[in-house]
Amino acid sequence: MPAVRPRLLVGLAALATGPAFAADGVSRSPTAILFFLGFVCSTLLITWWAARRTRTTRDFYAAGGNISGLQNGLAIAGDFMSAASFLGVSGLIFGFGFDGLIYAVGGLAGWPLVLFLLSERLKNLGKYTFADAVSLRLAATPIRSLAACGSLVAVVLYLIGQMVGAGKLIEVLFGLDYTIAVVTVGALMIVYVCFGGMIATTWVQIIKAVLLLSGATLVTFLVLRQFNFSFDQLFRAAIEHHPHGIRVMQPGEMVHDPLSIISLGVALAFGTSGLPHILMRFFTVPDAREARRSVFFAAGFIGYFYTLTFVIGFGAIALVAGREGFLDGAGKLLGGDNMAAIHLARAAGGELLLGFMSAVCFATILAVVSGLTLSGASAISHDLYANVWRKEASEREVVTLSRYATIGLGVLAVSLALLFETQNVAYMVLLAFTVGASVNFPLLFLAMYWRNLTTTGAVTGGIMGLVTAIGCIVLGPTVWVEVLGNAAPVVPYKYPAVFAMLASFSGSIVVSLLDRSPRAAQERADFRHQYIRSQTGVGAEGASGH
Amino acid sequence: MEDIYRRIDTDPRFHALARARSRLGWTLSAAVLLAYFAFIFAIAFAPDWLAQPLHAGTVVTTGILAGVLVIVLCVSLTGVYIWQANRRYDGQNRAIVDDASRAP
Repeated sequence: MPAVRPRLLVGLAALATGPAFAADGVSRSPTAILFFLGFVCSTLLITWWAARRTRTTRDFYAAGGNISGLQNGLAIAGDFMSAASFLGVSGLIFGFGFDGLIYAVGGLAGWPLVLFLLSERLKNLGKYTFADAVSLRLAATPIRSLAACGSLVAVVLYLIGQMVGAGKLIEVLFGLDYTIAVVTVGALMIVYVCFGGMIATTWVQIIKAVLLLSGATLVTFLVLRQFNFSFDQLFRAAIEHHPHGIRVMQPGEMVHDPLSIISLGVALAFGTSGLPHILMRFFTVPDAREARRSVFFAAGFIGYFYTLTFVIGFGAIALVAGREGFLDGAGKLLGGDNMAAIHLARAAGGELLLGFMSAVCFATILAVVSGLTLSGASAISHDLYANVWRKEASEREVVTLSRYATIGLGVLAVSLALLFETQNVAYMVLLAFTVGASVNFPLLFLAMYWRNLTTTGAVTGGIMGLVTAIGCIVLGPTVWVEVLGNAAPVVPYKYPAVFAMLASFSGSIVVSLLDRSPRAAQERADFRHQYIRSQTGVGAEGASGH
Repeated sequence: MEDIYRRIDTDPRFHALARARSRLGWTLSAAVLLAYFAFIFAIAFAPDWLAQPLHAGTVVTTGILAGVLVIVLCVSLTGVYIWQANRRYDGQNRAIVDDASRAP
């Protein structure tokens, strides 16, 4: 059939070299689709492999405690290097220059604190979730309910943020319809978590972290090569092409008032220590030593990653900003500022690199939402069901319930993502960090370090922190004015973490000090026991019998 | 288990270890927080200082150098902690726990 042949050849040629971006700003890059299908197939294979190794609750929630420090470090870094932080931070640097650096520095500064103050103690005290560590000497029912609440609120908000971002991103990268994109992400994530539990989730995260780190390294290398590996030349080119000129090298383009800057800094540094899907990873390693090593590797990878992101942001200004072929009709960047890194991949490495980076971003979203969903499912099945509602539940029952919870959370996340399609997602991710910093972090920190913390104090403080955080966000400029359309915000601050953290800490401390109940006395007395276990690991879950 | 905890609690080496480890942890935390919030407060209150070029003939500003230095500091201090913990604390901790488990 001679008529078919040429068409087939043209088709193949288009597959190899086809134009990446159609006029509507949609990429439909065939290389991206090939890379992505490769990723999905290999992760599904891993899930199949992991499913055969997932039998007990310990397998499901903690990968059997068999993950090494290096592997866990990569997985933690992977959890942190979400599409929001790669595309978002490089997009912020592309838009505002220097101020995007605040996110990079703040995102990293939380990690040494996790290492010095939390990781080893957490591993020694907990089993599957951070609520285990907190409820050791405090009353399980109220404390687990509070911790599960803090976890679920943070997880669901973060999920919505990632899912809406994912839908938009995939719309631009692959030309898929928003609904189809969100449903695809939801379905794949349910498969990974339901069948493969923490083993599959961890390995998906590790593969993606390696891909993302190598892709970003390659883009950075290609960009720097164009400027003879001179940062001065790179920055000069950026200044020349950015509409703000020299001001991209200076602070003050994005946030202006001092209180907002400080509150943003607080949310970034302490929010990390309160994100349940990250805290959960400390239970996948065999002991405190490996928990410690995982933070060291994670901090190294994240520090390296943000340094690359910084170069990529400025590289995008220098090589993409205002250039033909990257702009829409209105002179804005195709697909918005968040696409800066993706466009730069094309400018620096052609269609092949564009395809690779697009697929890596999709993989990133899948891996991060899987981790979030697993930690939400563990809050429901382990914290609430197995330890509050039905303490006599069998292990099999709990694993089964986790799978239902995963499906439920997946369906919820997809529906909310469809519902919030047109909303600004930034405030949801911000709210997740704020809830982490003002509910989970104070609870965990005080329970470990302060003898006098009592159940009543912890619950009061936690609720005060949660209410302050949500209240300030709803009444603040982002929701009250931009979403609800009111004229002026009731609370004029965009970043409420400082107030919410203060409320949480002061509520917990004051009420604990006033608590004279017999239960409080017992809880203070039990601190000694908890302290020795947290320091030595004697009696820790999964520890070798000393 | 109760006995092991009691023996650990009466072991002076345990209290020395706990003190040394928490001193290191808090000192390093203070260093990170100090550097990080110095950077954040400089952005909030002294943006002009951060906007200066490092030296004549470059466009790299003090602020960019400061940001990169905070990142490098954070990563290297985690290295310091790991090094100390591996070198000293792990062995001491094992000795204390082993003795407490073995004692009659």
